[in-house]
Amino acid sequence: MAPPEAAAAPSAPPGQPPPGAGPAPAPVLEALGVSKRFPGVTALDDVTFTLRAGEIHALVGENGAGKSTLIKILTGVHRADEGELRLGGEPVVFHRPHEAQQAGISTIYQEVNLVPLMSVARNIFLGREPKNRFGLIDFPRMHREAAELLGGFGVGADPRRPLHTLGVGTQQMVALARAVSVKARVVVMDEPTSSLEPREVETLFRVIGELHARDIAIVYVSHRMDELYRICDRVTVLRDGRLVHSGDLKDTERVKLVSLMLGREIAEVRRSGTTSFGDGHDAAREPVLTAQDLTRRHVLHDIGLELRPGEVLGLGGLLGSGRSETAKALAGALPLDSGEVRIGGTVLRRLTSPAAIRAGISLLPEDRKAEGIVPGLSVRENIVLAALPRLSRGGMVSRGRQDRVVEIFMKRLRIKAASPEQKVGELSGGNQQKVLLARWLCLEPRVLLLDEPTRGIDVGAKAEVQALIDELAKEGLAVLLISSDLEELVEGADRIVVLRAGAVAGELTGDDVSESALLSVLAEADAEPRREAAADTGPGADADTDARAGAGAGADAERPPQPAATAKQFGANDATEETS
Amino acid sequence: MTSLALPRGIDRPRIADWLQRYGVYAAVVALLAFNGLFTDHFLTADNLRTQAVQVSPVVIVALGMALVIGTEGVDLSVGSTMALASSVLPLYLGYGLLPSLLVALLAGVVVGLVNGSLVALVGLQPIVATLALFVGGRGLALVIADGQLKEIRNKDLLNLGTASAAGVPAVVLIAAGLAVLVALLVQRTTFGRQLVAVGGNRAAAALAGLPVRRVLIGVYVICGVLASLAGVLATARLTASDPSSLGNLMELSAITAVVVGGTPLTGGSVRVLGTVMGALLMQLLHATLVTHNLHDSTAQMVQAGIILLAVYAARERRSR
Amino acid sequence: MTSPLNLKSAPATAASSSLTPTAQARPSGRQRAAELLQRQGALAVLVLLCAISAALFPAFRTLDNTRGVTIQASFLAIVALGMTMVIITGGIDLSVGSVFALGGVLAAWASQYGFLPALLVPLAVCGAIGAINGLLVARAGMAPFIVTLASLLGARGLLLALTHEGATTYLVPRGSAFQKLGGGAVWGFGYPVLIAVALFVAGGVVLQRTSFGQALFAVGGSGDAALLMGLPVARTKVLVYTLSGLLAGLAGALNAARLSSGVTIIGVGMELDAISAVVIGGTLLVGGAGSVSGTLWGVLLLGVIQNLINQIGSLNSSYQSVVSGGFLIVVVVAQRYLSAARRGT
Repeated sequence: MAPPEAAAAPSAPPGQPPPGAGPAPAPVLEALGVSKRFPGVTALDDVTFTLRAGEIHALVGENGAGKSTLIKILTGVHRADEGELRLGGEPVVFHRPHEAQQAGISTIYQEVNLVPLMSVARNIFLGREPKNRFGLIDFPRMHREAAELLGGFGVGADPRRPLHTLGVGTQQMVALARAVSVKARVVVMDEPTSSLEPREVETLFRVIGELHARDIAIVYVSHRMDELYRICDRVTVLRDGRLVHSGDLKDTERVKLVSLMLGREIAEVRRSGTTSFGDGHDAAREPVLTAQDLTRRHVLHDIGLELRPGEVLGLGGLLGSGRSETAKALAGALPLDSGEVRIGGTVLRRLTSPAAIRAGISLLPEDRKAEGIVPGLSVRENIVLAALPRLSRGGMVSRGRQDRVVEIFMKRLRIKAASPEQKVGELSGGNQQKVLLARWLCLEPRVLLLDEPTRGIDVGAKAEVQALIDELAKEGLAVLLISSDLEELVEGADRIVVLRAGAVAGELTGDDVSESALLSVLAEADAEPRREAAADTGPGADADTDARAGAGAGADAERPPQPAATAKQFGANDATEETS
Repeated sequence: MTSLALPRGIDRPRIADWLQRYGVYAAVVALLAFNGLFTDHFLTADNLRTQAVQVSPVVIVALGMALVIGTEGVDLSVGSTMALASSVLPLYLGYGLLPSLLVALLAGVVVGLVNGSLVALVGLQPIVATLALFVGGRGLALVIADGQLKEIRNKDLLNLGTASAAGVPAVVLIAAGLAVLVALLVQRTTFGRQLVAVGGNRAAAALAGLPVRRVLIGVYVICGVLASLAGVLATARLTASDPSSLGNLMELSAITAVVVGGTPLTGGSVRVLGTVMGALLMQLLHATLVTHNLHDSTAQMVQAGIILLAVYAARERRSR
Repeated sequence: MTSPLNLKSAPATAASSSLTPTAQARPSGRQRAAELLQRQGALAVLVLLCAISAALFPAFRTLDNTRGVTIQASFLAIVALGMTMVIITGGIDLSVGSVFALGGVLAAWASQYGFLPALLVPLAVCGAIGAINGLLVARAGMAPFIVTLASLLGARGLLLALTHEGATTYLVPRGSAFQKLGGGAVWGFGYPVLIAVALFVAGGVVLQRTSFGQALFAVGGSGDAALLMGLPVARTKVLVYTLSGLLAGLAGALNAARLSSGVTIIGVGMELDAISAVVIGGTLLVGGAGSVSGTLWGVLLLGVIQNLINQIGSLNSSYQSVVSGGFLIVVVVAQRYLSAARRGT
């Protein structure tokens, strides 16, 4: 499974010198051989991370790669089980986030971590408010200083206004202002652009440029390739809690980076045998589900899909591309601004969960714990949860019918539990997932939406789930498969629709359903297709294949892809997009 | 009480788990045993009958409260609902017991609908939503009764308070019957199972297409009806409708019974027998302390300690 | 849409044009109105109600009546002040009614030993009860609702134990300094009223002008953010419950001084009156927003409603709670929609 890098990287000496570089600047923050275990998971395994003074360092990896754990260790939220942290060469231990902040490490979180109801200035100075000679907070001074700080970023917001009345982008600037005002030497940014408008992103980049000029080192976490290549000097890739790659970004091609993140080699040919999917299916011609123009502000943009009985449609895309949201929208669990879903030719009028379920659409949600299982209930009750009304007579639960259904599905899905009465919370992840699958299958759905059905479950269960998906499609079910595991997606799906930034970026059919084709679509410049592209030009560094077909690809193809190794560009000299 | 004698320092999560599951039964048994040995005239039919009659209204209210708590909610308005039911009762007694009983229960339905709508449709926290009727409900009851205590002369109603079958008072029989019904509701009906699922994981329940709002409103209505029934029975036993004092602090007793009975405040589980035993434990504890010349004061402080212990046990188990 | 000409635009203008408050970011008139209504709604209703009652009832506008309303409201006001701070942190304190009664009994008992003991004994005991609440909430991670429910019972039990099951009523010695604290007045306004006003001013300063006050808002507004920003979350919680206990005890002591005895049966349900006043005053029960001035208006509003119903005379006094309850529903439902409007959803 593991590509050569995975095996090689951990053995590299800690704090490895950059290949072929001259005397590198001294590291400002280092994590040496850090490991962190949570009950049942090893989140980080012997990871070494070096941040040099004044650099912008990209930290990338898919879900569960260990990025957030590493960030939390760097910022004092968690403490490492093994390994040590060094700040400016000196070993340090942070017991609380506060200590890390005092040492000069500030963090900007993905979800702005400020207090929405408090004013801008109060947020910036919370916990270290300027005082007057009576020991009371000196508001005039606080507002003045806050305005100065924000003004330095070109933000003209009134510091007296409650934070929540500002746009997300401005809120992000406030978080930055707070981070910088504590005399930070290191600023950690966890997906700072994920909820920003394009012009807000530009402002953020300009501010990052200023921080860079002040010699503040930045750890930058993002999944948007464009951003990484635009502003970052170096990159560290994590996968499954391990260090996979660390080096200069300009030496790492886009496709290479994506393949490192996903753990797949570009050259790797399609193999059979590692997954339990069979060959393709014979799909019916008439789609059972048609979705048009699914739109939700900031999340989904004009998504269109067709699902035919008997096929497995893969939904590809990197984290944050809108895969899960699309599935939720189809299942009526995400309110839409516009768009329609037809099932068997009739439009679903009120798109709610019960309506979708009645129409035969079932969703296996991504977050098993938060949205799937009811941990305190038994295996039996979790299986029959959605089907309760059908398995009851006059509102009275019929145990006989329940037991029959439960027995059938426990056998068919090989659910391993001490008895049907065991609590679901006590089962392994794989068995919990099978219980959820059983919950939906006993409704006899026409469309099954599977969001990461094999994540976090063991190899055996994974193979069983994959074989089951195959079997269900053969029986004529329409299956939508979302997976971050490229191999699973490519081998499991008959077609793949690729999403990027909440819109359809392309579709792979027939022989194009291959990892290399998918990788190249994923690695393309990820400016959102609904907007006109930034006017960067340069030779396409990614292997531009003709793999893309279908409606979404046309608009994409016209846009010149970003070069893999552009010089860093901050807002000052960059194409500034102005959207209406 | 017994819990204090448990061996310490072995395996705290397991002890906490055990305590939450069986603590209340063990405590009731221990208390009965203690009284059997050291208290004269405690384990007599007369005394036990008195205790059972006294605990019955609490049990009835606590059953509804257990359902509400099972959905991660709480209903502060139960005491006021009892008063409200008691106040409308005399107005219609002229038409006979049944019509007036129905009107009293209807009052409970209305209270439940208001509470449930505020929680399920408006999206208020249960504490706030039910606080309004806690304040307003008793006021309304006093307005209806014109602030006065009304003597009950209707024979049928008075019978309800005094009648007994085979030596068991009717009130106790009704409470026992309701406990069985609620247990059936929770265990054997679609509604009951959906209720538990909504309390256990609301997001999952909504994604599974469960009628979350309907279930929530239904739960508060049931709680209101049970409270109003308890109000009627208490009125019958008191032989008077006294809205100013009837059901005072009942919400606290009911919540205590539910929590001590091992139903977690975080929802997702309803322990009907545990709730009954929780109410019984508090009643017996009170009686024991009083017969041993320890007073209300001690009883209340012990009660406070037991609540904290019960919640602490639930917390240990959850965080495991 | 994009024009290539824009690409060369100077960065400064690009930035300032993009992040000066735009139409999208600026609160709309509707949002502002909603915010104003949520902040000052209680005051507006209070003023309106007072104006109407003053016009209708000559007895209402007398100075004596004003004195009566304020002295009656002062005790609830002091309790509600502590409750406001607790609720701002996203918690709740159900024990204040019992603690209020306990404070009164302790003060009356200790008043035989002099003025200082009569004040300090209730403050020490009630502060300790508050601190225990705070420790159980902040350190043991138990739900505030149930912790303070238990101390409601515990404090009431302690009170009964002190008074021999309510059989003994301690009297404040006649003519003692402590009695004057409750009975004395300046321009006819009782000392408790003045103390309450002073406490509200101090409370306002603490809440708005100190780091502790800011921490209360932060803890209630977003506990996770507060923790990540390095605020002492646990210590803040312990302090705020202690403060609530202290204020409830003080209010009880003042009330005992005014009544010249430690009445054992008062304070039942007072916690819910206090919560109502706080909520009517515009403080969000989920925490993170609120003001002590709003609470003051809320308390006065409840007091005026009571007074009005007395004025009307023909009305049963229990209408007061009906009106309060109805008002509470209107306020919380309105709050819910107003905060939705403020977020612009």
